[in-house]
Order: sequence, then C-alpha cells, then structure tokens
Amino acid sequence: MDWKNLLTIALGAILVNNFILVQFLGCCPFLGVSKKMDTAVGMGFAVIFVMGLASALCYPVNLLLESLDMEFMQTVTFILVIAALVQFVEMFLQKTIPSLYEALGVYLPLITTNCAVLGVVLLNVQEHYNFIESVVYGVTGGVGFLLAIVLFASVRERIALVSEIPKCFEGFPIALITAGLMALAFGGFSGLDIWR
Amino acid sequence: MNFKRQLKEGLLTQNPVLVQLLGMCSTMAITTSLSNGLGMGVSVLVILTLSNIFISLLRKIIPDKVRIAAYVVVIAGFVTMVDLLLKAYLQEISESLGVFIPLIVVNCIILARAESFASKNGVLSSAVDGICQGIGYTLVLLVMSVVREFLGSGTFGAGVLNGGEGIRIFPAEYGALMLVLPVGGFLTLGTLIAVVQWAQNRKKEGKK
Repeated sequence: MDWKNLLTIALGAILVNNFILVQFLGCCPFLGVSKKMDTAVGMGFAVIFVMGLASALCYPVNLLLESLDMEFMQTVTFILVIAALVQFVEMFLQKTIPSLYEALGVYLPLITTNCAVLGVVLLNVQEHYNFIESVVYGVTGGVGFLLAIVLFASVRERIALVSEIPKCFEGFPIALITAGLMALAFGGFSGLDIWR
Repeated sequence: MNFKRQLKEGLLTQNPVLVQLLGMCSTMAITTSLSNGLGMGVSVLVILTLSNIFISLLRKIIPDKVRIAAYVVVIAGFVTMVDLLLKAYLQEISESLGVFIPLIVVNCIILARAESFASKNGVLSSAVDGICQGIGYTLVLLVMSVVREFLGSGTFGAGVLNGGEGIRIFPAEYGALMLVLPVGGFLTLGTLIAVVQWAQNRKKEGKK
C-alpha cells in the first residue's frame, strides 16, 4: 500500500483542491445552510458520510459499465445510484440510529442534489483512482467540505452580530465576498507540493 | 400568450442566478473566458428547454411520489446527449468545461423549473419558460465572464473572437490574476448581486 500516495490525495482534497473554495463543487449547501454553526456541522458530517459511501459504491458500478462498454451511461447511472443511496441511508439510519437520523434531519435528502457528491464520483473516474484511492478521496473531500463550511459559518455568525454592512451588500452578497476572501486564503495552499 | 412577461421574469425580476440564487456552482466555476461562459450558457439553455418540454408532456403520467427521481432521469438523459454532442463537435469547449457538463444534472435551476413550472403548465408555455430562464442564466454567465476575462487577463472574447485569441485590450502581465482564480468567481458574483439589490432597493424607495 502506497501511504505517500494516499496522503497526497487526502491533503489535496482537504486543502489544495478544497471542494468548495477551489473547485466550486457543493456551493449551494455551502451558502444555504451556513448561517448557524450547528446546522453547518450537521451538514458537513452528512456530506462526509455520503461522499465516502458514494465513492465506494460507484467504483464497482463503473467497472460494470466499463466491462459492458457503456461509459456513456455514467452520468445517468451515477445520479441514480446516489439518489438510491441517500434514500437507503435515510431509511437505515431511521431504523437503527434514530439519534443520528434526527441530527442530520433534513440535510440527508438535500444531499442528492449536492454537486460535490456527483462531482467526486465523476472525478474518481476521470483520475482513474482505484477502490481505496476513491474512498479516501471521497471521505477527505467531505472533510474539506466540513472544514470550509465550519470556518464559513463562524465568520457569518460574527458578521451577523457585529459588523455594519452597506445596505445593498446585506445577506447574500456579503456571504459571497467572505467566501471569496476565504478562497484567497485557501489559494495559498496551491504551493504545497512537498510530496512530489 | 404572455411571452413578454416570461422573458422579463427570466432576464430581470426572476433571474435564476441573481434573484432566485440557483445554480451558483457552475456560474462561479466556469466563467473565466467568453467561450466557456457561452458554451455553458447555451448547453444549459438547450437542456432546460428540452427537459421542460418533456416533463410538461409527462406531467400527468408521472406518479407524484417518484416525481423527483423521474425528473432527474429525464434531465440526466438530456445532459448525456449534450455531453456527447460537445465531445464530438466542440472538443475544446468540452475539455475546458470538464466535469461541469455532466454536473448540469444537479444544477438546481433545471430541477427547480421542472418542479415549479413544467409540472404545472402546458407544453408551449413550459418551452417558453425554459428558453427565457435559459437566456437569463446565459446572460449572467456572459456578463461575469466578460468582467473576469477583461480584468484578469486583459482580453475580450478569448476562444471566440479573433481566431480564438480574443481581442487584447491591455498586456496580460497587467491583469489581476486573482480574478481568473476561484476568488474572482466569488467576488464578481457577490458584487453583481449587490448591484441588483441596490437597484431593487432604489426602486422600492422610489415608490414610497
């Protein structure tokens, strides 16, 4: 097992190519549910969970498609697998771990249309990752999402409390500007290539 | 036929990106050059119109419980078609848009229009709605890509005009590279929405 390789993938997904701030995948939930810290944390963990599972599940599905020479069906198949997966996870959690189900609540169904999940699956195929690499990329991509959304939620809570914003920038625009400044900070990680 | 009203809604009062705040990811990610913006905008316009027509035709057949899943399958079908067409005939655009073409499936604009408009209205007005909302989306993409390309790399129309090189307005080394990077996407869209809110506030105050 090549640990160095996996570590590079993990650090890349969390910092250098952060899903939200560098690749723009999953912006809708990022901007939508980041007003309060506890909802942001809930969403973050739900995304880690689903992204990891989706990466693991779509790997054999993709192998099957490739063996049938039907790669052109990837988009349709993957979105169906993800939708079914989210539904299944929801039912499973409701029966077995009700406390976790309640904590994740409304965020689970929303994840189906989160482009980070479909994005990670498509990127796994594009980069020709093997099974373990795919799962690592999925989970750490989710960790990157959690990191970004938690940082962003804390900044937004503070903005709502203390700052004076020009009237036309209230609400959404100031959130985007804040996210932009955070993206600038994450851009600094792009020089990180000590393992290459 | 209230084509005019629907067009006005798509372009201004109910603009999918600036007012309804849908489809942010692709808007910010790909607007680095005019050709990207145009390619993405037209792709979404075509898919949105086709899926609106199709879903409107099927609206009485699809059972209520599985409607979202059915919509997603219809949309995914059209996205695959456009993806393959772009790969075959416009390879450069397909490569520079990359993963964002298949990601149109989860672009909230298309699902939102299917759910809120096409599932309740006739074929003709659904088609018109798709075209109008698509034009509104394309317009925002074009504005953003023109601004970012001009400030970021000093050109206008890269990939489209002047044999693909674009018209150079000032030398590339004076450009603010930041605007072509992800940061620029957030800042430009934020400013654009702020301008829209400013205009709305002024209109409201004018009425008082």
